[in-house]
This record gives sequence, C-alpha cells and structure tokens, in this order.
Amino acid sequence: MLAASTSIFTMLSWGDQGYGDEIALGTLVTLQVSFLAYLLGFAIGLVGAVGKLAGGAITRGAFNVYTTLVRAVPELVLILLLYYAGSDSLNRLLGGVGLGPVRINALVAGIVVLGFVQGAYQTEVIRAAIQAIPIGQIEAARAYGMGPLLRFRRVVLPAMLPFAIPGLANLWLNATKDSALISVVGLSELALTTKQAAGYIKYTQGNPLYLLVFYALTAAIYLAISLASNQFFAWLERRTRRGQRQPA
Amino acid sequence: MAIEAKAAGKQPVAVKVDDLHKYFGQLEVLKGVSLTAREGEVVSMIGASGSGKSTFLRCINFLEMPTQGRIQVTGEDVALKPGKDGNLHPSDRKQLERIRTRLGMVFQSFNLWQHMTVLQNVIEAPVHVLRVPTAEAIARAEKLLNKVGLYEKRDQYPAFLSGGQQQRAAIARALCMEPKVMLFDEPTSALDPELVGEVLRVIRDLAEEGRTMILVTHEMKFARDVSSHVIYLHQGVIEEEGPPKQVFGVPKSERCRQFVSTIH
Repeated sequence: MLAASTSIFTMLSWGDQGYGDEIALGTLVTLQVSFLAYLLGFAIGLVGAVGKLAGGAITRGAFNVYTTLVRAVPELVLILLLYYAGSDSLNRLLGGVGLGPVRINALVAGIVVLGFVQGAYQTEVIRAAIQAIPIGQIEAARAYGMGPLLRFRRVVLPAMLPFAIPGLANLWLNATKDSALISVVGLSELALTTKQAAGYIKYTQGNPLYLLVFYALTAAIYLAISLASNQFFAWLERRTRRGQRQPA
Repeated sequence: MAIEAKAAGKQPVAVKVDDLHKYFGQLEVLKGVSLTAREGEVVSMIGASGSGKSTFLRCINFLEMPTQGRIQVTGEDVALKPGKDGNLHPSDRKQLERIRTRLGMVFQSFNLWQHMTVLQNVIEAPVHVLRVPTAEAIARAEKLLNKVGLYEKRDQYPAFLSGGQQQRAAIARALCMEPKVMLFDEPTSALDPELVGEVLRVIRDLAEEGRTMILVTHEMKFARDVSSHVIYLHQGVIEEEGPPKQVFGVPKSERCRQFVSTIH
C-alpha cells in the first residue's frame, strides 16, 4: 500500500494511500461505543439508584454487590473477564442446546461490557442526586395523587438532574476514554486504529516524527470530543438549573 | 343519618377522622383525635408547637401513616392494612391516589416544583393525574392565578418569587385540582411577617366562598375570624373544641384560655 518515504500528508490522506479514512472510522466507532454504552449505563443507573433507595433487602444487597465489585476491579480486567467469560458461557449454553459456537461481535460486546461498568458508577451518581432532592418536592407529588411512575417521570427525574449532571458529565468523559480499552477484544476503535497505523508506519518508514504526528492526532481527536462534550453538558446544566437561583 | 342531617340543616360530611392515634417510635403524638368537617365548614386546629396538629393534618392524606384510627373522605372510607412499621397503610393505591386528588394540600414550605414555572406547577396534576386537556387546564390555571394576583408571574420559576407569592401560587395549584377539601398546613409560618397578610387574604376569600377547609395555624386572630369550628390540641389530645366564640371567648379549659390569651 505505501511506498518507502511517503510524505506525512499522504499518510494522513483519505483512501488507499493514507490512514485518514481509517482514523475517521475509528473515531466513529469510539463515539458509537461510548454513546451506546453510556445510554445503557444510564438505564442501569436509573434502575440501580431506585433499587438501592426503594428496593427490599435483596434488591439493595444485589445492587450493592454490583456497584462495589464493578467499581473495585480495574476496567481492563473487567472487560477481559466479561468478554471471555461471557462469550465462553454463552457458547457452552448454546452447545448445551445443540447450537454451534458463535463469535461474539466485538462492537456489541464492547457496548455491553462498557455499559455494565458505566451502570455501576451512574447508579451511585444518580442515587446521590435523588437523595439531594428536597423531600417536599416529592411529598407535593404524592399529595396531588401522582402514582410512583408518574412521580418518577415528572418530578424525581427532572429534579435530580441538576444534581446529577456534573457527575454524569465526568462519567461520559470516562466512557469515551474507557472505550479505548475495548480494543483488547479486537474492536477497531480510534486507539486501536492509530496503533495499527503506527505499527505499519514504523515498519515502513523509520521516521519517528511520523509516529508522533499520528499519536498526537489521536490525542487531539479525544481532546476535541472532550471539549465538545463539555460545551454540551454546560448547556444541559444551565438548562436544568433554569429554576434555581445562582449564588451571588 | 340523612334525616338527621336534613333536620339539623347540615351539609354532608366532607372529611371524618375517628380516634386517630400516631406513634413516632415510643412517643405517642396523637392520642385519639377525631374531627368532622362538613361541606362549607372551616375547621381550624390550633395549639403549641409539638401538639400534633400538623401530624394530624398530614395523616388525613397519608403523608404520615396513622398508627390507629379511621379516615373517611367524601363518604369513602380509606381502606387500611397494618404495615411492618406498626402503622396503618392504605391498602388500595388507586383509592389513595383518587382520594388525594380531592384534598388540596398547601404546605408550610410551599413545595412548588422548582423545575417548573408557576403555570406549569398549577396545571401539572390536573393534566397528568386528572387528565384534564392541557388547553382547559391552562385556562383554569390562568383564571386562578389572576385570582391570587400572580397572572403576571405565571412564566417565572418559583425560586424567583417571594415567599408570599410562592404560597399564593401553591394555593392556586391546589385549587386547580378542584378539590372537595383544602388542607392548609401552617401556610404562613415560613413567611416574613409583612408577607403573611397577602396569603391570609387569599385564604379568607376562599372561606367566604364557602370552601371546605381544614386549617392548621398559629394565626389566632385569623382562625377566630374565618373558622366555623376550632380545635385546640394539647399534647396529642383535644383539650377544647367548639365555635370560635367559645374557644376564644369562654373556653372551658384553663390551658386553652391561657393559650389563646398569650398569642395575639
């Protein structure tokens, strides 16, 4: 694909000659994994927070074990554990009913595993945010005949958001960076794509400056994602805090 | 009963509480309190802090669970069953929610939903609980906000209003449910003295319209003026009750006489 001593611009170009399109694709995969895992984590977080606050002893115990374990073990170990243990048990299960082994789609696996990790952290952020809601807000909802679901949707959820958003914004940034760990199970997201490109360049070019440019580009892409996210979350926080007076 | 009511020229019973007891742990804060509020009546509950009057009011719509007793709202007995905490709990959630929509609660600390504008606060439960069409709820809400003098503030968030304005908005929110009975839990206790008057004026107007109300208050003069029946609660027991003329003028209980004479 590449001749010796190709210019750096060719290497970054779109198409057969360069890695521009691969890196763009890797960025999209990173965003996709992060976003879907984050959403899955949010869903788990809502259920987990409510389970911890309103559940019976068994529900609370189960969610405590979940959040404690997931937050204690390094993400990389968890990813490997859940991916290999998960795919292995799935295949055993399928083998048990006479179905052949399946290869787990790395993208789906990445989303599920990262979402599971996100869910543990989001559970804690959302639980604390719900507890920060003044009790009178919820009492008023009860007094006006709102049932538990309506109360949650119309009062608890919007009232807890201002307290949750700073924490949730942090977790979104974690999700974008943790998505790089999913590369260990072979998903070609941004970090792995760069690493592969760098490996090829090192092999063919021998100019260390090229590697520096490639890794710096990747770092810059992560930075851009982060800066754009900050803008978004700042807007969201302002919006959810519309009803609050700002301290002078 | 019907004949008796007619003979006495009495209205139907809106709220009836029988022999209510409430424990907080070992402490018995209500020791068998009963109350009957007929349609159009204003029943006021007075008494020192800690006498149990707020707790009693909050038991009527089950924000607190009574330990023992019976509660009837617009002729419907609230179905109760004993809970693990030793208190009685409503056994039929749908019935509880239905009954709560008939009781317009006004809280001491307003409890307006902070993430909604004044207008959104007022239409929230009518639209989502009673399923009133939004346009109709807005029309009703604007009329009520006009009545409590807050029409211009309808698009403001509660945190940007004064305490008196917030409480008037909270009264509009309760009225928009078209409740059978209004419950006021010390509606002016959290207000600066100069804001008390504007809220009492609104409540007085409601009393004069013939609304059924149960009012827990420290405003003695106001209670004397608007009430049809006054209950003086002391340490969880009804120490004195009757028409305001009696309770404030010629109380039988010495403790009541002292209480109404010290606070003016």
